[in-house]
Amino acid sequence: MKTESVLEKVLASGELAVTGECGPPRGALPEVVQEKAAMLKGYVDAVNVTDNQTAMVRMSSFAASVFLRQMDLHPVFQMVTRDRNRLAIQGDIIGAYSHGINTMLCLSGDHPKFGDHAMAANVHDLDSLQLIQTVRGMRDEGLFQGGAEIKNPPKMFIGAAANPFADPFELRVARLAKKVKAGVDFVQTQCIYNIDKFETWMEGVRERGLHEQVYIMAGVTPMKSAGMARYMKNRVPGIDVPDEMVKRMAGVPKDKQAQEGIDICIESIERLRQIEGVSGFHIMAIEWEEKVPEIVKRAGLYPRPQV
Amino acid sequence: MITAERKPMDEIMGMIDGCGRILLVGCNECVTVCAAGGRKEVALLAAGLQMASMKKGRALDVREMTLERQCDPEYVEELAPHIDQVDAVVSMACGCGVQEVARRFKKTPVYPALNTKFMGASEGPGIWAERCQGCGDCLLGLTGGICPIARCAKRLMNGPCGGSTNGKCEIGNDVDCAWHLIWERMKELGIEDRYEDVIAAKDWRTGRGNGPRKILREDLA
Repeated sequence: MKTESVLEKVLASGELAVTGECGPPRGALPEVVQEKAAMLKGYVDAVNVTDNQTAMVRMSSFAASVFLRQMDLHPVFQMVTRDRNRLAIQGDIIGAYSHGINTMLCLSGDHPKFGDHAMAANVHDLDSLQLIQTVRGMRDEGLFQGGAEIKNPPKMFIGAAANPFADPFELRVARLAKKVKAGVDFVQTQCIYNIDKFETWMEGVRERGLHEQVYIMAGVTPMKSAGMARYMKNRVPGIDVPDEMVKRMAGVPKDKQAQEGIDICIESIERLRQIEGVSGFHIMAIEWEEKVPEIVKRAGLYPRPQV
Repeated sequence: MITAERKPMDEIMGMIDGCGRILLVGCNECVTVCAAGGRKEVALLAAGLQMASMKKGRALDVREMTLERQCDPEYVEELAPHIDQVDAVVSMACGCGVQEVARRFKKTPVYPALNTKFMGASEGPGIWAERCQGCGDCLLGLTGGICPIARCAKRLMNGPCGGSTNGKCEIGNDVDCAWHLIWERMKELGIEDRYEDVIAAKDWRTGRGNGPRKILREDLA
């Protein structure tokens, strides 16, 4: 075991791991974090806490993660390279670890153009891969990126994102291989709607034995409506929603679409768990955390293992 | 080349408000090539400023000059005989030229008529695109001759983000994904296996990270 991370322990046990997501509020509203977290408690092994997601200012991932720790939940502390240079990044990692946060996700982040601070400078002192290298160096060598020794180095279980659906597709296995080379321990994928394409990607992953070097958690997001399906298909870069899925959502009455979305999500999990190399699920129920217990139970992923 | 675009007329007029006589100075180098501040653009702006002044009921005397290189003291010196006869210099050079004129002539205000944009290349008639951010430690040898620092919206050095779609960047369909271009080029060169060589965190001291930069060539000094 590289760390004390509960997520690492579950993954290492061979059980399918489950993570959820908590998007912090746009204001000093601890109760919002606590309410979302409470809905997930007991149904997931760890909870991703997003970092100014979609380039909108929110309560920091660090602060919201501390609230989760206080509730005895296990945050996956997300960090984007867009907003901080390597000094701030490493300072926050030490700070987070000091608060018992031992799992993190290394991302480059959405471009500021998509948020409400399009005028902001994007930092990108490091890229997501160099962030992985930095966190690994802090953990395994006990050194800051600049080379100096760290007193009581943070032992982070290191995650990253993988998007099998972005282009160029043929590069996407190599992209994962490169993250593995940099030292990533687990990846959570972009939301999977096109399972055929995901299977093709996983074949490439297995051919190179990457699934034995990194835990791959399949990302799923239940759709609330046919409108959301169309929006994700047409407007969100790097998400692949097949036409038949949009049709299926549109084919049921409006008041039944949310349930249809949950059903699709559960069917997806059932199919994805058959794929060799899938180690767990990352359930991103965006502003719909209350549905996570139903999804986890109906998908046969409940109760969560005690490790 | 260094590319630039002319500022809006109102902004230039605002800067020279109160001036009766100005020296409008172009540059024969980059800004001539990108049609922002050469002899022709100097003549156009001169006419435009005079017309705008007339509309306000004021007379504006504009003297036009275009230097061979406004970033070079040798040529900037050509302004010396004229400088005392004007209230201000309006420079149509890049920011380097503006500053060189300001450095030489302490008592005359110098105003920029252009917004300096980037180091780029021409992609076709009337189109210039960014190519280099002058990081001071060129990595084009590792990336197939396409710069991810200048051309990836997130300055990613190790591959495309998850937003790359059909060769385009997530920020817009008019922006090529730099890493898609790099990947295609690596394939053409038969070096796609080199993609997996991790490019380590960059030392930005060679760039702006170490403060304003200077080159000193002992052999020429």
